[in-house]
Amino acid sequence: MSSLRINRFIDKGFQYVGIFATLFGLIMLAIFLFNILGDGLSRIDWDFLTNLPSRRASKAGILTAWVGTVWIMILTSLIAIPLGVLAGIYLQEYGTKNKLATIIEVNISNLAGVPSIIYGLLGLEIFVRLMNMGSSLLAGACTLSLLILPVIIVATREAMKAVPNSLREASYGMGATKWQTTWYQILPAASGGIITGVILALSRAVGETAPLIVIGALAYVPFVPQTPLDEFTVLPMQIFNWVSRPQKDFLENGAAAIIILLLITFCMNGIAIYFRNKWQKKINW
Amino acid sequence: MNVYYGDNHVLHDINLSMKENTVTAFIGPSGCGKSTFLRTLNRMNDYIDTFRLTGKLEIDGKNIYGKKVKVEELRQEVGMVFQKPNPFPKTIFENVAYGLKIQGNKDKDFIEERVEKSLKQSALWGEVKDKLHNSALSLSGGQQQRLCIARTLAVKPSIILMDEPASALDPISTAKIEELISELKANYTIVIVTHNMQQAARISDRTAFFYLGNLIEYDKTTEIFTNPKNKQTENYITGRFG
Repeated sequence: MSSLRINRFIDKGFQYVGIFATLFGLIMLAIFLFNILGDGLSRIDWDFLTNLPSRRASKAGILTAWVGTVWIMILTSLIAIPLGVLAGIYLQEYGTKNKLATIIEVNISNLAGVPSIIYGLLGLEIFVRLMNMGSSLLAGACTLSLLILPVIIVATREAMKAVPNSLREASYGMGATKWQTTWYQILPAASGGIITGVILALSRAVGETAPLIVIGALAYVPFVPQTPLDEFTVLPMQIFNWVSRPQKDFLENGAAAIIILLLITFCMNGIAIYFRNKWQKKINW
Repeated sequence: MNVYYGDNHVLHDINLSMKENTVTAFIGPSGCGKSTFLRTLNRMNDYIDTFRLTGKLEIDGKNIYGKKVKVEELRQEVGMVFQKPNPFPKTIFENVAYGLKIQGNKDKDFIEERVEKSLKQSALWGEVKDKLHNSALSLSGGQQQRLCIARTLAVKPSIILMDEPASALDPISTAKIEELISELKANYTIVIVTHNMQQAARISDRTAFFYLGNLIEYDKTTEIFTNPKNKQTENYITGRFG
């Protein structure tokens, strides 16, 4: 075969490989969703959503679990997003580009890959014990924030790096300070990438169980947390609790709880995507 | 004055002065330092880590590299238009109003008036007055460059620096920009870097010829192009090199 024919064959072949790879993921997701909806949808009713957990499967509900999840996601967002974005802005725009900066950049990327249970151990020592927060929502939120901070910082930096320098030049040329340039020009232009990073980070946090177990989130919580210093549980923990049991009813509960967790994740992402579209629309039409 | 990038000596003993309300052109082959020199006039080179300047650069008698100089104020006095049009990804109105916004100006009427005036001065008002709230990126290249000029004019600088402002544009847009420069001369001092010698001959009062970081010759434009004193100038102008 001539080299041209080989190249065209590879080109066509790659197209098919790409389509297959995409479909594979989508089909797996579809099978999973179909399965889970089949197993658990019928179990979801108002009682399920508002009952406290119980030893009797038919009476058990996920109230404390989903309230705990929502609480911890709100607290984690409030802590991690400002810290992460501001740190990313500082490191990218204000930091001097020296050896120390390179070391920091490499290590932050590494931190994103550290197993989450290690963050749990860190959180146990620092937040639960040293800072006396106890096994509370606040300690859990701080621990999860540490976990997702590297992801947000890296996403912020990459999004800002992608903003062309000509924009900075134009702004500085008009007599803007660094902060004005960052706030009025670079952040709006980078907002898409930053929010995408935030979505990924929060989606990871919402499903984390190991670090929360380590800091002492409970498996059986018969009350709804009222303040950030209360003890708590989260949906992933409740799910793990139920699917570990042999009784079919608890497995059904687990499936239903998984559906609710998926719903919360979609809502969270939906809100973030709404904001991303709103801010991006302002600049790029 | 001399300019260094680290150990690289890029501008050697440059000595020239420019008068108010004139157009000065910097010409020379690529890499001769004319853009570098232009950017020292509004301290845009400050963002390059290895940049170093020795000597003095004075505007209206004040050394702009002095210790107490606020660079943001300098840039409001000395505006810049870049080679590739770089409007902000915002509306046309917001682009022109940006300079006023960062100065802290909140008076809506004043801003609207100033935006209109600047767009009229840069011969763009007629084409955009009904779509001030469209994205600036929807304009053509020539229009975007005139928008960048309007944006610079809005803060009322006394000096405008132009780094090959028409090199990325088609001939008709180029002609419009050149016409604009001739009109602006009455109220502003303009310094323009250009690769296009005919352009320099058309629009400037005085021309400076740079070569390999040295200022070879600086004289009235008519003298430079008809009666150059330096052999190298003559060779460049007649196209023997460059």
